[in-house]
Amino acid sequence: MNITTIIFILLSVMALGSAIMMITSKSPVHSVLWLIIVFFAISGHYILLNAQFLAIVNIIVYAGAIMVLFLFVVMLMNLNAETEPIKNYRLQLVGVVSGCSLLLIIIMALNRLDVENVVEMKVGDGGLIKVLGMTLFKNYVLPFEISSVLFLSAMIGAVVIGKKDMIADKK
Amino acid sequence: MDIKAYIALSVALFTIGVIGVLIRRNAIIIFMCVELMLNAVNLLLVAFSKMHALSNVAKASATFASDAQIFVFFIMVVAAAEVSVGLAIIVMMYRNVHTIDVNFLNRLKN
Repeated sequence: MNITTIIFILLSVMALGSAIMMITSKSPVHSVLWLIIVFFAISGHYILLNAQFLAIVNIIVYAGAIMVLFLFVVMLMNLNAETEPIKNYRLQLVGVVSGCSLLLIIIMALNRLDVENVVEMKVGDGGLIKVLGMTLFKNYVLPFEISSVLFLSAMIGAVVIGKKDMIADKK
Repeated sequence: MDIKAYIALSVALFTIGVIGVLIRRNAIIIFMCVELMLNAVNLLLVAFSKMHALSNVAKASATFASDAQIFVFFIMVVAAAEVSVGLAIIVMMYRNVHTIDVNFLNRLKN
């Protein structure tokens, strides 16, 4: 067992454990913090796969921007473990059982798959900024420009939805 | 590392996201579980891209190995846009019904 395998297992256990803690913890703030740990573990996986730029972007965009937005909304609404709505026990059990069935089915299907492909780790220049930039601005210029329009519409949409007296004005 | 290990890890993360959506009633937690599922798919795309980088097709072309990583960027773009609009909707819902319990959103039922 070499060092790469050990790091892979460590990061996987970290990601899965934090994800389980995220869905089981009572307080929404704790859930947000556990999800940030999951994102850091996934960024570690990206570094292990030599996709360094993606790892940095994952930390900046997900752990930095999106989770701060979530944390901000949670604190704005003053949510804590006391105000947390609890689903009844039977429905929770049904949810867990159906989720585990999905996992079981896919893992069994994976078991019967006879591919021997391996993943290139720690080497390869596919994830470096230079190669990614060349690919993005040569082959994917149009989607890149369209995504800027998407961002603009998302910004306008968020402002319109969040406007204070939209519903009162309509009445 | 075997590709199956990455598939198993991504499926497990995805399933945890699905279970989270099923067992929680807090709208924000449900939204976070959707983010977790998106991230599981991102991880799998990167793993497949690195698997593809070892093939002969990829070695013939300079940019073939990084196509899937560009897709991951676009998924992140869509996720960021989705989060801004989704959180605006959740804040508006909180302002109207003063709770984030998704069970209160049953006005279309009858």
